[in-house]
Amino acid sequence: MRPVSSWGRLSRDLHDVVELDQVSSAGQRIAGSPRPGLPFGNGRSYGDVCLNGGGVLWATRGLDRFLAFDDRTGVIECEAGVTLREVIDLALPRGWFPAVTPGTQWVTVGGAVANDVHGKNHHRHGCFGDHVESLTLLRTDGSRIVCGPDVEPEWFRATVGGLGLTGLIVDARFRLRPVAGPWIECERHAFQSLEQFFALSDASSSGWEYTVSWIDCGTLRGGEPRGIFFAGNHAASRATAPPHRSRRVPFLPPVPLVNRLSMRAFNALYYRANQAGSERSTKHYQPFFYPLDSLLEWNRIYGPRGFYQFQCVVPKAAQQAAVRELLQAIAVSGQGSFLSVLKTFSGRPAVGMLSFPMAGTTLALDFPNLGPSTLALLQRLCAIVDTAGGRLYPAKDAVMPPGLLSRGYPEWQHFSRFRDPGISSQMSRRLVGH
Amino acid sequence: MPARVLVFGATSAIAHAVSRRYAADHASIVLVGRRAEPLEANASDLRVRGAADVRTALLDAHDLARHAEVITAAFAAFGGFDAVLVAWGVLPDQAASERAAEVAVASFDTNARSVIALLTDLANRLESQGHGAIAVLSSPAGDRGRASNYTYGAAKAAVTVFASGLRNRLHAKGVRVLTIEPGFVDTPMTASFTKGALWVRPERVAEDVVRALDTGFGVIYTPWFWRWIMAIIRLVPERLFVRMKL
Repeated sequence: MRPVSSWGRLSRDLHDVVELDQVSSAGQRIAGSPRPGLPFGNGRSYGDVCLNGGGVLWATRGLDRFLAFDDRTGVIECEAGVTLREVIDLALPRGWFPAVTPGTQWVTVGGAVANDVHGKNHHRHGCFGDHVESLTLLRTDGSRIVCGPDVEPEWFRATVGGLGLTGLIVDARFRLRPVAGPWIECERHAFQSLEQFFALSDASSSGWEYTVSWIDCGTLRGGEPRGIFFAGNHAASRATAPPHRSRRVPFLPPVPLVNRLSMRAFNALYYRANQAGSERSTKHYQPFFYPLDSLLEWNRIYGPRGFYQFQCVVPKAAQQAAVRELLQAIAVSGQGSFLSVLKTFSGRPAVGMLSFPMAGTTLALDFPNLGPSTLALLQRLCAIVDTAGGRLYPAKDAVMPPGLLSRGYPEWQHFSRFRDPGISSQMSRRLVGH
Repeated sequence: MPARVLVFGATSAIAHAVSRRYAADHASIVLVGRRAEPLEANASDLRVRGAADVRTALLDAHDLARHAEVITAAFAAFGGFDAVLVAWGVLPDQAASERAAEVAVASFDTNARSVIALLTDLANRLESQGHGAIAVLSSPAGDRGRASNYTYGAAKAAVTVFASGLRNRLHAKGVRVLTIEPGFVDTPMTASFTKGALWVRPERVAEDVVRALDTGFGVIYTPWFWRWIMAIIRLVPERLFVRMKL
């Protein structure tokens, strides 16, 4: 048994960690588990979705083999513990890139499928699961299910975004997208109100593949947030780039480095730095997609008590009012985050029964864990999302009330038929009791 | 020219990390291992990562009668090898090996007897080829017997001495023999250990193994600091050593 935390570092409960290293023996090892287990990739989800305190974790990082790659079609097949970083290192020199990438390249392919992750190009390419052609699922009863959009489609719909609860994903085949090189053409615009944000989003969605906004959520001016809208497209340049240097947060500070003062100062500086200067630029893909990956273990800056991520989506009809209400609630609380992100989703139907995106606007925030006051704020935000008919992103959640799950994810009941009785997570126990 | 590489115990974590480095440089590789499924998975991985050609061969280390046959077939595949890695081995349960003699000798069979048999055949092949390098995974555990793992250590001591003699014999024939002494490596073989600051990933060890096979000489501790740790451990007087818990 050893302590395991998710990326939010809110807990460090003991787990019996079983390191899987061969697909050929994985089925036997999970079927022989004395207690319920849970697949665990690279531990980049934030809340309790990847945790199973007191139980078994099946660690998949040792399942890190590529099985096939066709550089004419961009179809790649690999074991579930391969990280997107490894996929990019292999595929980019041959002219391919993940069709969808989240904000970190340190996630495993299995984790990307199980959380059906999305990225800045959701309005174009949907979620990660939209590009999966097939996957292999091992169940604790010893069975093996190969599924895809046209083969065992219900198992596929349950497993994509299925939070690891339908079985252990051991491999996946998915499509990459062609790119000329590692560069992204970017544009940025400052905005001073939600109205301006939505106007920028609408105007950019056809011309730009990637769009995302950073907002200064600590300071509202006349009830309006200010922020920076970023848009990007893969550039035509084939020039290669020098290798990227990374730094590490070298120790765990005894108190969070994120507090009201540092947050306000950071947000003001960040806004000023981006408001001025050139609007158009060419960026390497790493700082564009993964600004935090160059600071290894950045999650330590929140100190020993960790932090909460909160990411919700509210439906299009209610988006402007609901986002404004959320931002006001945060401003009133005096808590807030460095990395508040706002993005519009398209109405593209998601693959998974529990996939997160829906037509509307998503807001992502992080809050240092200050105890009851942070929980109270999060409950308030949940209530706003609930009233607006929205939902929370399980990959980042640690606080969602059960009612919000069933209202936000109407297919949950149907999904539960596909659960593996030998699998349980802290999140599944918190939300549905088992 | 990309290397031609032969790997025994190819599904071990260190061996696969070594194979990946060669694959990235478009080597042609023969993987030898005991079980077909994991061997084929590794072969696919190396092909995707850039290997020019990957072949596989099944062999049980204890099946000494088949060693020569597998070696002959492998040499026929690519017309010789520039680098050979011998990486099979097991970590016996020390306590069990103290209770039962058959446990003690069983692991000795895998870690020493089969390796000596394999190295004998390989040495003759490379000697007649007149070039190339053989790296064999030994262990600092073989430098001095300690209560915590002397069954394992005794077998590795045999491998170290055997490789030393082979190096001496083949030096004049243009063949290099490398004794690799990895410290604590985080692999499936050591899954049950609590990992501390001295532990490294197999990729770190693989870097040293490939460098050794390319241009190295003699006994290679990896990471390098184990050379000094073991030098000190060897110097401790026996009267003091018997009281230490290492």
